[in-house]
Amino acid sequence: MTKTISTAQRYSSERRFKALGLAAILITAAFLAFLLTDIVGKAIPAFTTNAATLKVTVDPTLVDAANPKAGDYQGLLKKAWQAQFPAVTSRGDKKKLNGLISARAADALQDAVEADPSVIGKEITVPLAFSSEADLYLKGLRSDTLDERDVAWLEELKAKGVITSGFTTSFFTNGDSREPENAGIRGALIGSIFTILVTLAVSLPLGVAAALYLEEFAPKNRITDLIEVNINNLAAVPSIIFGLLGLAVFLNGFGLPRSTALVGGLVLALLVLPTIIIASRAAIRSVPPSIKEAALGVGASHQQAVFHHVLPLAFPGILTGTILGVSRALGETAPLLMIGMIAFIADVPGGITDSATVLPVQVFLWSDLPEEAFKARTAAAILVLLALLFCINALAIYMRNKFERRW
Amino acid sequence: MNDMSFKTLQTPSPPKIITERPAKITAENVDVFYGEKRAIHNLSLTIPDRAVSAFIGPSGCGKSTFLRTINRMNDTIPSCRVTGDIKVDREDIYARELDVVELRARIGMVFQKPNPFPKSIFENVAYGPRIHGLSKDKTDMERIVTESLKKAGLWEEVKDRLQQPGTGLSGGQQQRLCIARAIAVNPEVILMDEPCSALDPIATARIEELIHEIKENFCIIIVTHSMQQAARVSDLTAFFHLGVLVEVGDTDVIFTTPQDKRTQDYITGRFG
Repeated sequence: MTKTISTAQRYSSERRFKALGLAAILITAAFLAFLLTDIVGKAIPAFTTNAATLKVTVDPTLVDAANPKAGDYQGLLKKAWQAQFPAVTSRGDKKKLNGLISARAADALQDAVEADPSVIGKEITVPLAFSSEADLYLKGLRSDTLDERDVAWLEELKAKGVITSGFTTSFFTNGDSREPENAGIRGALIGSIFTILVTLAVSLPLGVAAALYLEEFAPKNRITDLIEVNINNLAAVPSIIFGLLGLAVFLNGFGLPRSTALVGGLVLALLVLPTIIIASRAAIRSVPPSIKEAALGVGASHQQAVFHHVLPLAFPGILTGTILGVSRALGETAPLLMIGMIAFIADVPGGITDSATVLPVQVFLWSDLPEEAFKARTAAAILVLLALLFCINALAIYMRNKFERRW
Repeated sequence: MNDMSFKTLQTPSPPKIITERPAKITAENVDVFYGEKRAIHNLSLTIPDRAVSAFIGPSGCGKSTFLRTINRMNDTIPSCRVTGDIKVDREDIYARELDVVELRARIGMVFQKPNPFPKSIFENVAYGPRIHGLSKDKTDMERIVTESLKKAGLWEEVKDRLQQPGTGLSGGQQQRLCIARAIAVNPEVILMDEPCSALDPIATARIEELIHEIKENFCIIIVTHSMQQAARVSDLTAFFHLGVLVEVGDTDVIFTTPQDKRTQDYITGRFG
């Protein structure tokens, strides 16, 4: 009788454990789903834009046909814009009206004229970009800075049917900007890619070499024990310390250029090095010793045994460790603030020695700005960061499987 | 224990096979230590060329340890220390100027558990010749691989799938692949550390047959837990007990008329 009770207890205990596990997974999945829907929902406005089709007469007195670059496109566009609202006459009102269009709205007009100077003196149709607040209002979102008259003007324009809305790629093609409607992710994305490439190029060979030496060649004594303990401790050091180290060594010591992908990559390489070394050592240790013995048995030197047999077998594990490290580096913000990557940089970096910023720092910067439209940009930047992480992980898993398939 | 207890009995004295064949390996007063622990006590032994010598004895008696001192595989264990003389062809293999990589090319080894490289069958055999530069070109390498696989009796079974992984073969086939890999570098001595302990009786019989076929060309030393196996394949048998080489003699003699009580007890299955 006691026996049946105890099996019943064991089964119910198993059921309880299963239920708890399932609950844990559901809660985690719910959090993830909530996070993703929230971010995607907030990011959508960053990928659409509203524009008004505007007829502009290219006045030859404002734009000289001999030198179209020097033309007063701003004035030209504002005139055409104000012409949409004949009722607005006072100087103050006109100024207020101009506040509804983007600071860089004249760029489209200038591009059109420079591309085809024969239009000077004729009437052409150009898209007119709105300011971020006007754009938000037209998307049906809250915009605190617009008052009743702004709204009335926009409604008037809407009634005329000149407003078109659509998908825009400007978020992916522009660098950072003070105006939310012009701010894009390209600079940070390229900066992140450069930084990660530098990190990989430095940390992977260094980490694997260190792990191989410690695991295969180093004598086992107090010094190597001390090194091992220190590597394990380094993996737990707060990341901002590495930023300070980078500031002291790379910027002040070696005089490398500030806020560049080169220095950022070097700092992050220091940060991920312990992770890569620890993972690589574990991977090397997990290669069965019989394989090494087999190689030694046919007369391979120690180095040949390691490079021909142990390292290839350890490689999938090393890759996994590297991915973990690089994913961490990609999301790292704090150490990069220390080396000046928080600076406002509008240009897209062209190389690792150009000033740059990275995605997580860009998210941090935008989340701090007061303009309402930056909220959508922030969410969109987070999405881009997640997508990049996803791509790196997918690539790594693909590579790992490919290496593992070699038996 | 006094020094007398380390004395090795010869059955008969000297064993016939040792007088008939040239000596390949001679060990004199060999001691092996793992740190403080003494694994082999004052061992002296002559191993004949072109014959099979078997090391038998209960687990932990030092037979594998001694086997691994012959190709200096013990070097990989940091705490291991060897004293005394071990000579292969009268050349001291623990001499300072000896190249251990060259030594291991001369003394091949087959391990207890089949351990083919996780590469193709062809690559498994070709690896040794390649690192030693034994082949002139691709066709030469193919010849070496084919011949080694034929000698190891594996050719007929694998000739159509040389590019498939060596790890995909059965246990017995894997072990014969390991033998082919050892043969491919043209060794003089082949050490076998319990080569059949992970195999079924049919695969074991196949390996024993193979040992019999190739023994005319090599000096083979086999460590085994199976007395029947030692009796079947070997010409010389050495019985180890607690790190001491107790008795060595011609296989047919030692299995019928052992001199030492311990040998007799072990062979008749009273311990071990």
